[in-house]
Amino acid sequence: MSSKLYLEESAGYDRGILHYIQNAAATGLYEFRGLGAKRALPSFDDLVFLAASISRYPLEGYRERCTTNVTLGTRFAKKPIELAIPITIGGMSFGAISANVKEAFGLAAAEVGTSTTTGDGGMTEEERRASKTLVYQCLPSRYGFNPDDVRRADAIEVVIGQGAKPGGGGVLLGKKVSPRIAAMRTLPEGIDQRSACRHPDWTGPDDLAIKILELRELTDWEKPIYVKIAATRVFHDVKLCVHAGADVIVLDGMQGGTAATQSVFIEHVGIPTLAALRQAVDALEDMNMKDKVQLVISGGIRTGADVAKALAMGADAVSIGQAAMMALGCNSEWYTQNGEQHSARADYEELGTAAGYCHQCHTGRCPVGITTQDPVLERRLEPAVGARRLRNYLKTMNMELTTIARACGKSSVHHLEREDLVALTVEAAAMANVPLAGTHWVPGAPAA
Amino acid sequence: MEVVDLQRQSVRELNQFLHHDAVSGKVQALEVLNPDGAHNIAVGVNTPIAIAIRGHAGYYCAGMNKHASVTIDGNVGWGVAENMMSGTVRVKGFASESAGASAHGGLLVIEGDASLRCGIGLKGGDIVVGGSVGNFTAFMAQAGRIVVCGDAGDALGDSLYETVIYVRGRIKSLGSDAQVEPMRETDYAAVGELLNRAGLTHDPMTFKRVASARQLYHWNADANQEY
Repeated sequence: MSSKLYLEESAGYDRGILHYIQNAAATGLYEFRGLGAKRALPSFDDLVFLAASISRYPLEGYRERCTTNVTLGTRFAKKPIELAIPITIGGMSFGAISANVKEAFGLAAAEVGTSTTTGDGGMTEEERRASKTLVYQCLPSRYGFNPDDVRRADAIEVVIGQGAKPGGGGVLLGKKVSPRIAAMRTLPEGIDQRSACRHPDWTGPDDLAIKILELRELTDWEKPIYVKIAATRVFHDVKLCVHAGADVIVLDGMQGGTAATQSVFIEHVGIPTLAALRQAVDALEDMNMKDKVQLVISGGIRTGADVAKALAMGADAVSIGQAAMMALGCNSEWYTQNGEQHSARADYEELGTAAGYCHQCHTGRCPVGITTQDPVLERRLEPAVGARRLRNYLKTMNMELTTIARACGKSSVHHLEREDLVALTVEAAAMANVPLAGTHWVPGAPAA
Repeated sequence: MEVVDLQRQSVRELNQFLHHDAVSGKVQALEVLNPDGAHNIAVGVNTPIAIAIRGHAGYYCAGMNKHASVTIDGNVGWGVAENMMSGTVRVKGFASESAGASAHGGLLVIEGDASLRCGIGLKGGDIVVGGSVGNFTAFMAQAGRIVVCGDAGDALGDSLYETVIYVRGRIKSLGSDAQVEPMRETDYAAVGELLNRAGLTHDPMTFKRVASARQLYHWNADANQEY
């Protein structure tokens, strides 16, 4: 029996756009959400390695040494950061995520020898205690920012922008502005908190240079000063960071996550991490500052292969945020509490979503206890359990990284180079400035 | 009194002296000669000490001050006493932009005028300006008090949280969500106390109170572009 029903969805007005229009019409407010871009973008998946064969000599995968350590902040700081692996935990605010998550990040990072980063809202005792190496962010809002925490940090990161929302300030909706968060940020409890998008006491690169000097003076020139930028006009911005005196540049691409911002920002502002990284390396090479100013890339780093490709393209290290949360259980159907697994399905359904699709970080109702300040929900993420999972994930990525490096014949992951890469798409070849696989063609490059 | 002459010593040497040699009461008072507009003078001081800067200072003078009492016999650049935690900073001349930005505590006195964004993001400190203040004073200011003895520029108190501003002169315009409110007894007392600490003699009865209308504390469709 044939049905008369025939559904032809419009490409321009598909169900996603219909939902957007009808929601905007009903509420008069733009949509907020968490995490990063969901649209398909050119990414590290569009690159592959040319491993060793006859023209290159591979290293024995299980026996020959392949080092992963990295030093960040060698330009001016008396005490650069020494990390055992080139995968760091990026800035996420206490407020966006719970104190338990901060502690889990710190415990895992300390165990594998990498760094964690504070976020908007200041430094928690939990993360300082748990983290061997902690990067302290100086953000436009300056919520919770104080000189005592500057002094007990291991590095300072001046945040100019975030890949998920370049040019935009932060948001923390009222459900997450708990008494502790409000006190740390000097805000009334329960308000929908806005963060400034510009720093209060400087504008432009010449001012930034003086601001960085202030932080150096405060810390007796001991601590590395990072500058974090969102990926937009990367070539010029990286040069300006160097001009301003940064020891380390953290570049956050379009796939980077957020705890809450307007969807229109997440999907339509900034450039993909792949394209941004290439421009940043170009800028550093143009200034002869490659290896003098270290480059950390973030925004959609998920696997050891992503790390290897980022390093091959010229990054010194990577930073992860969303992936670290996912290691803890973000978007998992289950959470572990008191040694037992529990289903979070009903809580996802209450948010109108399901495990695997959730981006409801902004609501504070995280079903697995990560992006919440709710006293019941936050207990769903136990620091020791989360730390063990994140440690495993970091170690896995690092092993994948060295597997690829050895296969390419490198005794250090930092010996991976652009020449080891080819692209699977014309777009990725142009963005990464590597040949299209099976050809010698680099789109946009001058003819040889 | 210890003396540091910035014609002969660097700002870095000065600050390291303040951070290490001058702590725990080892030095009660310090005079800084020939500042000549240098940036980052007396940054990150964390000890009770009286610092007298004999001339003009550049950006971030007394930045993130804690405990110290700093006097500048001249004008200052951007961000004087930015993120101050406690202590007192007194500018005998004029202050450029973002004076007292994000200060958590302490008292900043500017005897002359203060430029744009004075007290931006203030988090609990007090600021007294003997003259007038520029546009966007107290932008997104969260806590603390600002006393303006002269006039205020455009967009005073834009996107205010809980900082209270007292203005004696004319207000060119108020920013989003800022409103003039009636003065109460506690306000007169607060203004009187702050003026007294600043060494100024105006009548508290001549001041107006500006505070947040709290209409932007929660997202709503009627706020349009004011966020």
